Amino acid sequence: MVEKIGENGSSVMADAPNQYKSEVKSLSFYYGAFSALKNINMRLHEKQVTALIGPSGCGKSTFLRCFNRMHDLYPGNRYVGEIILHPDNVNILAREVDPIEVRMRVSMVFQKPNPFPKSIYENVAYGLRVRGVKQRALVDEKVEEALRGAALWDEVKDRLNQLAYNLSGGQQQRLCIARALATDPEILLFDEPTSALDPIATASIEELIADLKDKVTILIVTHNMQQAARVSDYTAYMYLGEVIEFDVTDTIFIKPKNKQTEDYITGRFG
Amino acid sequence: MRDDKNLNEIRTIIARHKLWDFVFMIVGILALMIAMLTFMALFSHMLIDGLPRLSWDFFTSFPSRRPGSAGILSAWVGTTLVMLVTAIAAVPMGIGAGIYLEEYASKNLITEIIEINVTNLAGIPSIIYGLLALGLFVHQFGFGQSILSAGLALALLILPVVIVATREAIRAIPLVIREGAYALGATKWQTVSHHLLPYSAAGILTGVIIGLARAIGETAPIITIGALTFIAFLPPSPIKDEFPYISFEWLMAPFTVMPIQMFNWVSRPEEEFQVNAAAAGLVLVVMTLTMNGLAIYLRYRMRKNLKW
Repeated sequence: MVEKIGENGSSVMADAPNQYKSEVKSLSFYYGAFSALKNINMRLHEKQVTALIGPSGCGKSTFLRCFNRMHDLYPGNRYVGEIILHPDNVNILAREVDPIEVRMRVSMVFQKPNPFPKSIYENVAYGLRVRGVKQRALVDEKVEEALRGAALWDEVKDRLNQLAYNLSGGQQQRLCIARALATDPEILLFDEPTSALDPIATASIEELIADLKDKVTILIVTHNMQQAARVSDYTAYMYLGEVIEFDVTDTIFIKPKNKQTEDYITGRFG
Repeated sequence: MRDDKNLNEIRTIIARHKLWDFVFMIVGILALMIAMLTFMALFSHMLIDGLPRLSWDFFTSFPSRRPGSAGILSAWVGTTLVMLVTAIAAVPMGIGAGIYLEEYASKNLITEIIEINVTNLAGIPSIIYGLLALGLFVHQFGFGQSILSAGLALALLILPVVIVATREAIRAIPLVIREGAYALGATKWQTVSHHLLPYSAAGILTGVIIGLARAIGETAPIITIGALTFIAFLPPSPIKDEFPYISFEWLMAPFTVMPIQMFNWVSRPEEEFQVNAAAAGLVLVVMTLTMNGLAIYLRYRMRKNLKW
């Protein structure tokens, strides 16, 4: 399936709308007067991995952080346009939509592992705690499920009450993935999740991302083109706040249509 | 490749630069020595004069016209109770204000002005706080020349210290931890109560103790609101025999504190009272140092689990 996104965001291929988890429509974003994202039109396919690549400063992290309204935490930020979340067709950028509700549906894993200085168990259970889940048995079950989902259970099952900081960097990042998974998010955002990790830990995270797409729609920002090629089904190349080209990953890497994308992919630029 | 002449030149330059390292080190050590030796001299002078005077009786006797039987009972009880009021008033107010300014207040001109004011409050002479307390607490609110008025006056005095310590402790928490909590759907209050407060507790506590250590030695505001210099009774006990078993009468009681007791003795002509003053000073310094030591210990204990 190949698709082209036209100026107006319409797709050449007529896919049934329920194949999309999310549709981005004419999204622009401003840090004060600075326009960081310009008229982005894109789609996230349900239970697929979509990668955002591009040179640093191109706005890929800014774009990612629109999906869970992280920009609302800081003053002077402004969204224009829509990010529609399916199946309920809600525009998560709308003023009347509570950013906290959005963050409960869309989880995020950060660039640097950021476990809380609490026990491994408490870290994973935190999302449930925020949602007011009290029943011990249910929390136990969810914590185990999330840790298994993040391929960490076997390594930590005997020391759940130990401080999360005692884990290695790669384990900490998988813990953060488990923490994000424990509340069954609809979309999982990864903001350069392996940039602080060694190659072996990176490989295990990449493997994990490939496994996770059975359960959840994934959007990943990466500065590493090989990583995008390895883990993603769709790739968007961004430059100066715009999505230059968005297509199936293989097409982007083998036969990009845009000259700029080709230059970046082949290393002539960036 | 460099020839020998060139290398020698470089060595001369390095040697000259290293001389400045040495000069600075000597100046630094001298400055440190002056500060340390002054304190040591004062402290040891007080120790030699006062230590022999310290006895159980000194702590359990009221002041007296006879220097030999005078003690600091009313002074240390007064200081303890005033500090209690100060802590109870300043800690929740200071932490609350600090959290509000750091987490909730939108960054605008008004917040900016408040921030500058809070920082400047710390530099206001303490006697001004005394005047404020005299007008507001003693007369306006009718608390009188009581432990309550003194405690609240000192609470105002250390409020900026607690606020600044709270803000700095919260600000030291990495942004990614805060964003991690928000990203999971936490509200502001959940982020504050589950994360920011527990992780900054060590820093806040240190600020509180340092503030109290400053307040314990304050004399000017206490004199301004009219603490007695000679007091031969204790405030009413907070615990009662009959229901409801606790009483707050002590809040309204007249009182004296350690520095005032000391000041009173220093101003007496008799040599023996000077010895009493030295002994009381010794007790006060030990109290302050103990509080600072406690602050350092708590900081160390609570920071152990926080690595960032």
